Amino acid sequence: MTVTDAAVRPLAPPAGKKRSGRPGLGRRLLRNKKALSGAVLLAVFAALALLAPVLEPGDPSLINSTGGAAPSGAHWLGTTAKGQDVLALTLWGARSSLLVGATVGLAATAVALLIGLASAYFGRIVDDVLSLVTNIFLLIPGLPLLVILAAFLPPGTTTVVVVLVITGWAGSARVLRAQAKSIRGKDFVAASVVTGERPLRIMFREILPNMASVVMTTLLGCVIFGIGAQAGLEFLGLGDASVVSWGTNLYWAGNDGALMTGAWWAFVPSGLCIALVAFALAMVNYAVDEITNPRLRDRRSRKHKEA
Amino acid sequence: MRLVLRNLGFYLLAFWASLTLNFLLPRFMPGDPVSRMFAQAQGSMRPDQIAQLQKLFGLDHRPLWEQYLGYVKSVFTGDLGISISRFPTPVSDVIGSQIGWTLLLGITALITAAVLGNLLGIVAAWRRGGFLDSAFPPLLVFVGSFPYFWLAMGALYLFGVTLGWFPLRHAYDVGLTPGLNGEFLSNVVSHLFLPALTIVLVSVGGWMLGMRNSMIATNAEDYITMAEAKGLSPSRIMFRYAARNAMLPSVTNFGMALGFMVGGALLTEVVFAYPGIGYQLLNAVQGLDYPLMQGIFLTITAAVLLANFIVDLVHVRLDPRVRVR
Repeated sequence: MTVTDAAVRPLAPPAGKKRSGRPGLGRRLLRNKKALSGAVLLAVFAALALLAPVLEPGDPSLINSTGGAAPSGAHWLGTTAKGQDVLALTLWGARSSLLVGATVGLAATAVALLIGLASAYFGRIVDDVLSLVTNIFLLIPGLPLLVILAAFLPPGTTTVVVVLVITGWAGSARVLRAQAKSIRGKDFVAASVVTGERPLRIMFREILPNMASVVMTTLLGCVIFGIGAQAGLEFLGLGDASVVSWGTNLYWAGNDGALMTGAWWAFVPSGLCIALVAFALAMVNYAVDEITNPRLRDRRSRKHKEA
Repeated sequence: MRLVLRNLGFYLLAFWASLTLNFLLPRFMPGDPVSRMFAQAQGSMRPDQIAQLQKLFGLDHRPLWEQYLGYVKSVFTGDLGISISRFPTPVSDVIGSQIGWTLLLGITALITAAVLGNLLGIVAAWRRGGFLDSAFPPLLVFVGSFPYFWLAMGALYLFGVTLGWFPLRHAYDVGLTPGLNGEFLSNVVSHLFLPALTIVLVSVGGWMLGMRNSMIATNAEDYITMAEAKGLSPSRIMFRYAARNAMLPSVTNFGMALGFMVGGALLTEVVFAYPGIGYQLLNAVQGLDYPLMQGIFLTITAAVLLANFIVDLVHVRLDPRVRVR
C-alpha cells in the first residue's frame, strides 16, 4: 500500500509508518549483488544504445570497406561479408533490439495484468472464459504461431511488436491471475468491496500494489522473451531486413555464409549481446524473487545455518 | 477420468481455435499477401490448381460460412492445399516426407534433456550447497539465455567448420542411400549430434532447476526422515522415495516444454539445414508459400496437443490423487 492510500483512508492503520523501518524494494535491490551486477550490465547496454550515433556516427549499414575483414585497429570487430563495420552494426542494433524488447515487455505485461486482474476480481464466468483463452494461447506452440502471424501481416517493426505481444502475454497472465486471486480472497479486499469502491479502483489501487514484485518479475520475463523472440523472428527473415537490429545482424550473417567462411566476428557480437542482456535481466529477476519472497529467503538462510 | 475428458475437450477447443485462426488469417489480413503470392506463382500453375488455391484462401466469393465448412472438411480429410515453393507437391506430402526428421531430432533432444536435467536436479537437491547445486544453475541459466539458433551457429562453427568433427548440414551424406545398415545409421547419428546437443544445452537448465526445487520440497517430508531413520541406503531414499514423488511436476512440465522445444528445434534445423519441417518453414517463408506455412502450423499444433493429451494419461497413471477426484 502506498502513502496516498493511507491518506485516502485515515481510519486504516498507518501502514506507511510500519513500513518505514524497512528500506524500499529499490534500495534493497541495490544492496543485492546479483541485482546490482545485472542492473549495471543493463545500464551499460542502454548507454551504448543511446550513444550509438556519437560513437559510430553515420549509417551503420553503409558499405565502407573490403568485405569479410577480421577484427583490426580500423574495424574493432571486423567487417561483414558485404563490408559493413560490425561494431557499428552491433551498437546500432542495440537500439532496435532493446526498444522492441522493452515495448513488448511493457505491452505484454499490461495485457497480462488486465486479464489477470479481471479474472481474479470478477471470478466465475469471466474467470472461466479468460482462463480458457489464456490456456489456449499457452498451449498453441509459440514459434509457428509467430511465423504465420508475422508472415501475413505487412513486414515492419510494428508487426514484430504486435505479433510478439499476441504470443507473449499468456504465461504472465496465468501467473498474475494466480497471485491476484490469492489477494482477492484477503479481508481488506472484501472490506473495500463492502464500502462500495469501484471495481477498477479495487483492482488497481488495492490489489495491484500488493503484487508489485510479481508484476516486476513477469515484466522482466516478458522483456527477455521479447528480445529473444524478436531475434528468432528476424533470423527467419520475418522482420524488416532493412532495420539494423541484433536479429537482422544474425540473419545477414547467416545469409552471407559467415559460418562457412569462418567469419565468427560477424555473428558472435550480436548473439553475445542478446545473451548478456537476457542474463542481466534474469539476474535482476532472481534478486527480486529472493528479496520479496520471504519463504525462499528463509529457507536459504536456515539451510545455511544447518550446513 | 473426468480430468482426462475435460482436458481432451480443452485440447479439441485449442485445435479448433488454431484451425479458425488459420482460416481467418488469409481472409482478413491487410495488404493482401495472398494476391502477392498468386502474382508470383501465376506462370507455373494450371488453372484448376489456381482455382483450388483460391478456394483455400477464400477468393472464390462464396459466403463465409460455406468457405469455413469447406475448409474444416478439407483439413480433416488431409487436404492442406498445394505447396508453392515445392510446386506441385501437396502440402501434406511435403510435411509427411519431412516430419520424421523433426520427430527424430525433437524426441532425441527432449528425452536427453529431460533425463539429464532431472538427474542433475535430483543430485543437486540431495547435496544442497555442493558443487552441482551452487555452480551449475547459474552456468546453465547463462547458457540458457543465448538464443537457440545462435548457440547452434556457434556449435556449427566451432565443431563443424573449425574442428571438422561433425558434418555441416543435412541429415545424412548426399551419396548415401537410406537403409537399416550400420553405415547409414552411424552417419545419421553424426549428423544428429550437434543439433540435438544445442537444444539439450539450452533446455537442460530449466529441467534441472524445476526438479531441484521440487526435490527440496520433497526432502523435507516426514517420510524421508522416516526412511533415513529406518537406515535405508541413501541411493534408495534418493531415487525410490524422494525422486519418485518429486517427479510429478516434471511430468506435467513435459507437455508444456514440448511447445518451447518445437520452437527451438525449428530454428536449430534452419541453422544446420536439417531437412525437417523447421527448415521447410524457412523455405516457405522465403517463397511466400502460405499454404505450406499454415499446414506446418496446424501439424505442429496438433502434435503438441496430442503430446499433452498423452502426458495427461501418464499423469493419471502416476498420480492416484488425480484418479480419485
